[in-house]
Amino acid sequence: MSAPETKEMICISCPISCRMTVYEENDSIVVKGNKCARGKVYGEEEYLAPKRMVTCTVATDSEEFPRLPVRTTASIPKETIDELLQELYSLNIKLPVKRGTTLIENYHDTGVDVIATMTLPGRA
Amino acid sequence: MHERTYDVAVIGGGAAGMAAAVEVRRQGLSCAIVERENQLGGILMQCIHNGFGVQEFKKELSGPEFAEEFMDMVADAGTDVFLSTTVDSIEESEQGKELYCYSRKNGVVKLNAQAVILAMGCRERNRGNIRTPGTRPAGVFTAGLAQRLVNVEGYIPGKNVVIVGSGDIGLIMARRMTWVGAKVHGVVEIQPYPAGLTRNIVQCLNDFEIPLYLSHVVSRIEGKNRVEKVTVSPLVNGIPDEDQSFEIPCDTLLLSVGLVPENELSENAGVEISPITSGAVVDSTMMTSVPGIFSCGNVLHVHDLADYAAEEARRTGAYAVAWLQNKKPARQLRIKAGANVRYVSPGMINPELPDKLYLRTLIVKNNAQLVMKLNNNIVKERKLSHVQPSEMVSVKLTKKDVEDWHAESDSVLEVSVQ
Ligand SMILES: Cc1cc2nc3c(=O)[nH]c(=O)nc-3n(C[C@H](O)[C@H](O)[C@H](O)COP(=O)(O)OP(=O)(O)OC[C@H]3O[C@@H](n4cnc5c(N)ncnc54)[C@H](O)[C@@H]3O)c2cc1C
Ligand code: SF4
Repeated sequence: MSAPETKEMICISCPISCRMTVYEENDSIVVKGNKCARGKVYGEEEYLAPKRMVTCTVATDSEEFPRLPVRTTASIPKETIDELLQELYSLNIKLPVKRGTTLIENYHDTGVDVIATMTLPGRA
Repeated sequence: MHERTYDVAVIGGGAAGMAAAVEVRRQGLSCAIVERENQLGGILMQCIHNGFGVQEFKKELSGPEFAEEFMDMVADAGTDVFLSTTVDSIEESEQGKELYCYSRKNGVVKLNAQAVILAMGCRERNRGNIRTPGTRPAGVFTAGLAQRLVNVEGYIPGKNVVIVGSGDIGLIMARRMTWVGAKVHGVVEIQPYPAGLTRNIVQCLNDFEIPLYLSHVVSRIEGKNRVEKVTVSPLVNGIPDEDQSFEIPCDTLLLSVGLVPENELSENAGVEISPITSGAVVDSTMMTSVPGIFSCGNVLHVHDLADYAAEEARRTGAYAVAWLQNKKPARQLRIKAGANVRYVSPGMINPELPDKLYLRTLIVKNNAQLVMKLNNNIVKERKLSHVQPSEMVSVKLTKKDVEDWHAESDSVLEVSVQ
């Protein structure tokens, strides 16, 4: 990892929203400002490798239902999101499709899939 | 004219309508849902982001997934569903209620029902409600309409966006617009604190370095045909400060300035509406001022979680069934919103059968205390680790809680937050 830096963040593990300062010191990560242990866990993960769920829609071959909503099955590293979005926007899904259908499997070896989150009928 | 008869008719097939209908069917009464769109699900179908179902299904789902879980239950329960059918009026008849509906396919449809459950959801406040001076160019959308355009119709409303109001729909749309390649230049909020959830501020604004202008207003909208720029002004002593104002060039303005329950139908049926919630006034059984008409979900008061709307609706379904079986509360106490509480819903409580109450606070505070007083004596207290107006607080009252209340029929339960 590059030079240690200090990050300011807000814990989102509960509505109290503690403002925290996170930095590296003697090979360990220091979290300050958290009111409870969950904040430390969140702060460490957010410091080392922030991850997010991705939800968006992809194109379909249907005029009646032109967009299919999709999501990742778990959060993925933040820096890979843009690339995943580009890949999703290049898809064109043939309907019908069932909720839960896997559209992208094991994205970049992350163990995370992209699934359809709506059931859409084909042409009547 | 088509005519059908049911024990209970539910108006609106969103999270609330579906949950209410499933409960009515579970208790063995006949039930129909009338929905004006061509599918069930309501607002959930355009909320493609995750964050639904943590309470109901113990997993985090997107809106459509949450809706489909309920659609399966509606089908399994054997509920009749009238899609693309709008309820136009509710009339009293000798047998109960008559619902006059119309659909393109069947023309006028009349439904007879003993009891009616209102679950019509809410609509968004628009520019008319917030009055911004300037020209009237194209490119001004409510955030929910923009959400529908992008997520359902696949149409991107603009490239350079400013969002007015920091409600959750606006925040979610800030991320959504960024992810479809638009540039969001800022979110302008009149209040000194954000209206939406903190996790949405972090994940939808901070992640993309979108500025949040608190205590600011959009003081002017300009553009010939399409929006070209807006003027943003800080509030100083409550007045927009000209000297510190700045312009943001943009082609699109999204308004996220709140939701209002959609109650024209209820009002025409004679249902009393609360000026505070803009929803019906209901008793401890979720029954409105018109006997046999019940209300739940966003048409009763705006819920931030679909899970809460569904939970409330399920109880409403059960209360409608109980009413049809002539089980009525012997007495009910009025609930009063005390210090720092905007409203409590429902506005009455049955001391024999205490239930869940939802309330909204007027303040932002950590380590707050919920205090319930009956005739000025404290009867229940609870610690609330954090309160803010945008987060609904739920309080479950049990038989044990009310055991030694010694309530008279004119006793008032006052709920406050300190
Ligand atoms: C943008 C947005 C984001 C949200 N994010 C979250 C979230 O992350 N997590 C979460 O848990 N909750 C979230 N919510 C809240 C949640 O979605 C709602 O509280 C809930 O879905 C409301 O359900 P409802 O059934 O009361 O209303 P609705 O879903 O609005 O359903 C009302 C239905 O009634 C129909 N209707 C209205 N009038 C008539 C009529 N006259 N005749 C026939 N039908 C009629 C409408 O077509 C509609 O389908 C969000 C809400 C919005 C708007
Ligand atoms: S640190 Fe603990 S108390 Fe603070 S926001 Fe995070 S989870 Fe809540």
